[in-house]
Amino acid sequence: MQDVTLHITDREGKKHSVLMPTDMAMNVMEVIRSYEIAPEGTIGICGGMAMCASCQCYVNSNHDICDMEDEEDAMLSEAFNVKHNSRLSCQIPITEALQDLEIELAPEV
Amino acid sequence: MIKTDILIIGAGPTGLFTVFEAGLLKLKCHLIDALPQPGGQCSELYPKKPIYDIPGFPEVLAGDLTSNLLEQGKQFQPGFTLGERAETIEKQDDGSFIVTTNKGTQHHAPIVAIAGGLGSFEPRKPKLEHIEKYEDKGVNYFIKDPEVYRDKKVVIAGGGDSALDWSIFLADVASEVTLVHRRNEFRGALDSVEQVQELKLLNKINLITPAEITALHGEDKIEGVSVTKDGETQVLEADAFIPLFGLSPKLGPIANWGLEIEKNAIKVDTLDYQTNIPGIYAIGDVNTYEGKLKLILCGFHEATLMCQSAYKILNPGKKFVLKYTTVSGINGFDGTRKEAPKAVVKAIG
Repeated sequence: MQDVTLHITDREGKKHSVLMPTDMAMNVMEVIRSYEIAPEGTIGICGGMAMCASCQCYVNSNHDICDMEDEEDAMLSEAFNVKHNSRLSCQIPITEALQDLEIELAPEV
Repeated sequence: MIKTDILIIGAGPTGLFTVFEAGLLKLKCHLIDALPQPGGQCSELYPKKPIYDIPGFPEVLAGDLTSNLLEQGKQFQPGFTLGERAETIEKQDDGSFIVTTNKGTQHHAPIVAIAGGLGSFEPRKPKLEHIEKYEDKGVNYFIKDPEVYRDKKVVIAGGGDSALDWSIFLADVASEVTLVHRRNEFRGALDSVEQVQELKLLNKINLITPAEITALHGEDKIEGVSVTKDGETQVLEADAFIPLFGLSPKLGPIANWGLEIEKNAIKVDTLDYQTNIPGIYAIGDVNTYEGKLKLILCGFHEATLMCQSAYKILNPGKKFVLKYTTVSGINGFDGTRKEAPKAVVKAIG
């Protein structure tokens, strides 16, 4: 299991390249929290259950990411600032396939 | 004026367990919560989801945990101010506090314990121009009294349970109900979705999907809304617009109480979880300190230590040692007593 590098643009437009292990069952929202790329209390409010959309991000690279499950799809149908490439980062598990994934955090609502 | 020993702000698991721990020390609690029911996130966000890290419970549903905590604290007769948000705090000359809610309910207590989780749940407001101008003038994010909508033209936006349930309910109250949702699919209980479909066929609900409200109209109050579907916009007459896009927690007015805030949380001393203002404690997810973990079990620990500290403030010099409930039993404020059954000892003759 090797670590992967993700490129994350925060809500102020600043880019962060961060390294994450692939063997700790982490998801992208947790990566953002662990590096404090978004302030605590503004991301992952529901804990990662696809129930709040506070971790919405835009995927800007062409990675093959897991398909959306119904809960994520439904939550995004009610969220704000949704674009064609919106995903809930809590629903994207960290795998080796995500090397160099580029995402941008959606604005805080 | 409501008077109590410990005023707890937030009726989530940490706040509810405080009632029990305070009760063991003969301290009475009153809880304020912005939500209409106790339980905090556990009952509002995920009542049917299991929790696996409550010690002694291999698996417990969040809603059941709330019910159990209410049951555990019941004999200590906590008071509740629900559906109101703690707005202001005023320190009195004797060191006690008066906390007033957004509805003007006043509470007086020598100790305040903020157990507010991530904050009070506020409605998520759609980004529509001038929406603030129409708030309480046709635009409402909660439905408090459905009778207000009798014989009115109501437009509801949203795709979750509350949007579906209120559309169903108001179909028999309002003169017209229009439900607008961005998708054709709804994120609600299956029977609610089916009921809305039936009411649509009966022309009791005007269902517009996939569509969005794109503008609000009216001089001093809502008179109409623009609905955009497939790139085409139509204006609907409306007396009320009710956006139901869920709730999002905000620290809110507590942030202006003079408490030291760090990372959207209240800094505390880990000795007893007191804040920078003596007599005000912060416990559970709302606090922060080095090594903090936002876990229910940590909230329970913090609540327990906080109550011991509060006892010392309320009863200066009065001796007390920690007692075990198995040994001492529990004396409820309602006159009930729980205790371990006496062991039967038989002498061997």
